[in-house]
Amino acid sequence: MTASTIIFYLLAAITLGSALLAVTTRQIFRAAIFLLFTLIGIAGFYFWLHYEFIAAVQIVVYVGGIVVLIIFSIFLTQQSGEELPKQRWSRTLFAALAAFCGFALILTQLINHPFPSANAQAGSPIVTEASVANIGEQLLNIEQNGMALPFEVISILLLAAMIGCIVIAMRQAPIDNENKPAA
Amino acid sequence: METPGLYHILFISTALFFIGAYGFFTRRNLITMLMSIELILNSVNLNFIAFNKYVWPAKLDGVFFTIFIIAIAAAEAAVAIAIIINLYRSHKSIDVEKAEEMKY
Repeated sequence: MTASTIIFYLLAAITLGSALLAVTTRQIFRAAIFLLFTLIGIAGFYFWLHYEFIAAVQIVVYVGGIVVLIIFSIFLTQQSGEELPKQRWSRTLFAALAAFCGFALILTQLINHPFPSANAQAGSPIVTEASVANIGEQLLNIEQNGMALPFEVISILLLAAMIGCIVIAMRQAPIDNENKPAA
Repeated sequence: METPGLYHILFISTALFFIGAYGFFTRRNLITMLMSIELILNSVNLNFIAFNKYVWPAKLDGVFFTIFIIAIAAAEAAVAIAIIINLYRSHKSIDVEKAEEMKY
């Protein structure tokens, strides 16, 4: 049992434990904090797998961006200290049953499925290192295997999301509804 | 306790996916439902990275899928939170049961 194995099981415990707490706790702010720990645990898995760039992106975008956004929206929409209403036990029971059945189904399929192992095919497999240089070179390559077109599509999507957010969250000028009955 | 490999990571991502699905089924608050969706997306990302590492280490395709999913998830979260805040302004609640008239 090496240090790497111990770290793996530690990360697994942190990730799954805080994920469970995030979906079961009845205080919404605590749920957001547990979600934060789950995302950090997943970033830890990326570090463990030696995908440092993805881990950095995970921490910057998820931990630094999305969780902060969620916490801000909790502040804007929730009375502090208020607990979420208790769910009907039948709904909890059937949701747990459905999730467990799906989990068991996928797991039985997973265990019986032999994945082609890269190490079994050849003596020493070719490994493309997921360094920033390699990723950037392929991401902006316009030749074969290049990812320039999806990259541009994502940038259009981000622009559309930005404009959409501004339009949705914009406060309407107070002309309709309130003033209409008087006219 | 054996040395962790592909199957261990797939087990974790499957568990994470169904924890997210359980949260999506039980929660009735829009922000917590959004958090469940984030869990599901993260389990998918973990799967892509694990397959890239253990099955096709010569390619970087899994890494690109993960990067694109993270970008799309960020855009989706931003739009969802804009909608949630707008809903709170008009209904004073972000409970899905109380937002029924959005159907019509």
